[in-house]
Amino acid sequence: MKLHGIHAPHRKNTVDSAPTRLPVPPMITVPMSMNIGAPAKPVVKPGDEVKVGQMIAEAGGFMSAPIYSGVSGKVKRLDEIVSANGRFDTIIVIETDGQQTVWEGVKPPEVTDKDSFVEAVRQCGCVGLGGAGFPTSVKLNVDPDRVHNIIINGAECEPYITSDTRTMIDNAEDVIYGAQLLQKYYTADKIVIGIEDNKPQCVKIMQDAGKGVPGFEVAALPALYPQGGEKVLIYNTTGEIVPEGKLPIDVGAIVINCTTLAVIAKYIKTGMPLVEKVVTVDGSAVANPQNVVVPVGTPIKNVLDFVGLKCEPKKVLYGGPMMGTSVPSLENPIMKNTNAILAFDEKEAVDPAPSACIRCGRCVNHCPFNLMPAEIERAYTNNEPETLKSLKVNLCMECGCCSFSCPARRPLVQVNKLAKAMLNKYNAEQKAAAEKKAAKAKEKEAV
Amino acid sequence: MNNMVVSVNPHIYAKDTTQTIMRDVLIALLPAVLASIIFFGVQALLVEVICVAVAVICEWAFEKICNKPITITDFSAAVTGLLLALNLPVDIPIWQAMFGAFVAIIVVKQFFGGIGQNFANPAITARVIMLVAFSGAMTTWAIPAFTDATSAATPLAVIGGAEGALPTLAQMFIGARGGSMGETSCLALLIGGIYLIARKVISWHTPVAFIGTVLVLTALLGRQPLYQVMAGGLFIGAFFMATDYTTSPPTPAGKLIFGVGCGLITVLIRVWGNYPEGVSFSILLMNILNPYICDWTKTKPFGGVQA
Repeated sequence: MKLHGIHAPHRKNTVDSAPTRLPVPPMITVPMSMNIGAPAKPVVKPGDEVKVGQMIAEAGGFMSAPIYSGVSGKVKRLDEIVSANGRFDTIIVIETDGQQTVWEGVKPPEVTDKDSFVEAVRQCGCVGLGGAGFPTSVKLNVDPDRVHNIIINGAECEPYITSDTRTMIDNAEDVIYGAQLLQKYYTADKIVIGIEDNKPQCVKIMQDAGKGVPGFEVAALPALYPQGGEKVLIYNTTGEIVPEGKLPIDVGAIVINCTTLAVIAKYIKTGMPLVEKVVTVDGSAVANPQNVVVPVGTPIKNVLDFVGLKCEPKKVLYGGPMMGTSVPSLENPIMKNTNAILAFDEKEAVDPAPSACIRCGRCVNHCPFNLMPAEIERAYTNNEPETLKSLKVNLCMECGCCSFSCPARRPLVQVNKLAKAMLNKYNAEQKAAAEKKAAKAKEKEAV
Repeated sequence: MNNMVVSVNPHIYAKDTTQTIMRDVLIALLPAVLASIIFFGVQALLVEVICVAVAVICEWAFEKICNKPITITDFSAAVTGLLLALNLPVDIPIWQAMFGAFVAIIVVKQFFGGIGQNFANPAITARVIMLVAFSGAMTTWAIPAFTDATSAATPLAVIGGAEGALPTLAQMFIGARGGSMGETSCLALLIGGIYLIARKVISWHTPVAFIGTVLVLTALLGRQPLYQVMAGGLFIGAFFMATDYTTSPPTPAGKLIFGVGCGLITVLIRVWGNYPEGVSFSILLMNILNPYICDWTKTKPFGGVQA
């Protein structure tokens, strides 16, 4: 079986752009919600001096990650912003001093076994840097005996983005070092890096760098979006299908983004946690598309000013055009899981108006998971959660292939998101009703 | 805030739109239009222009009256009008052709909710209604140009026992034979069909299954399979009518079943039915079965667990 997908335009204009360092911005605003799960809790207060690599917020729970300052300077205040998902988020505003003094406490952690390795990953502040922002230490906190395949995600299937590509070109030894660490503590049978074949230089570099690492292989995969989707990548590299409601580890797989791995490797080598990101800046409104190294928390405005704009951007995205989220304001900061900032002119920003479904079947025939988006839309419109359940809307990863290919420009991904919410609400209500019934029956029995 | 657009992913789209798809179908029909003019004269062009005009005007008027968005710029009404015209004899009285276009757009398409909502192919249904209503005019065939035929009987009628000589296979292929004005030239229709497949507007499944089934069955029955395949409305039906998105299944498996079903019914009607030709009826009947085929051929979600 071959999974469907779309031939999205590649637009990898910045492959050859070695990242340049952004001049230290006058101010950074670091948000607390940069991962799936609980937001981090600030541990600094206004007036505190901070340095590069110093913790400014601790993990807010098990499913969370600490945050470190990417600049040296003084904490001005704690504030609130509207983040791209529409929620309010706390930010720590730091006025920089331009010195970039490294914190005295930055030193390599002691890693002796799996548990200390997971603890180091947690301390490093790492989250899924492919875009998902899942706390990496949670993912790695599994029984090593269950891990058969370690899959490094170097697919980078989104158009425009080349930050993972640059990681592989500029930082291959860190990726390999990370792979060796994983091999050491998880003893997987196979450790494979999946790379789309539109990046032959990365395939070559990783092949060369990985020589001599036992079990390491490079899988050159067809450039078919969404090749880098977790379940897609697992299937295409190992043939395993992650069943509904299960995790990759349930089929013996750990999937980790190549940049995430490089960050972990760097932390274990040097003790410098995740404080800066390589960000691809591109899009029709950008004058000189390029890769930029940016401290986490830098306002998007500073980054766009640095690379130069052709015109007023009408839409700006975190991430790629297929799955990226549009930001409400240029004051929003670069986050840990930001791998690209795309700024579009008016022409590309405006969404086309939807027209009637012509039942062409393109959404069905392009869905990587064989879902039927047009049917889901009908069931959602008719308010039929049971139908949504049987159509397996919860499997949808929101990759956007359906909307992309729809000739009537129907907002199918948006409907899928709403349909999932409808189904989850319905399931919760069903569960509550069943519990109530059971409680009543028990009461009756007692009487 | 600087009025930035905030919207849900994705932020880029494929080039195809309903309009480009319908435009491609019109382009794909141009060779057939040309063939109809070559073999049946300028009258063919006149009927085609009138059917397209009436279809578009009907769509516009209905949507205007019902206060619905005007959709004539998606070219779907034009496609319906042209397909209907190509399925008519060239000597059809103009008022009958206009009536057909009206029925196709108003009754079959708009009464059911417009584009994407009709259960049967508008052009096919209108043709079948005309066949019943005006059976004389609908089965009176003009003698095409470049033939030495003295009878205008269609090849299928001849195979069925009517008087007249069968054209050569070469004549059949290029279209020098009796029949509806746009159905006779297999060459022109094949060019259009290949164009549509190359442009990924249609997939090969339906036409191959449809034509293949007719070929195999008539060969098994010893009924001159090559003539059967090129005769009647099989090519235009298989490439342009049975592939109608709205009234045929979306998945490859569904398309194969749909095509085989069309082929089967076509042969049944041609061989044992009262009508010499069965392509229109077969597509119409399969249109009715379409919801069931869609149901049988539902895709199996990747990693889905049956509750």
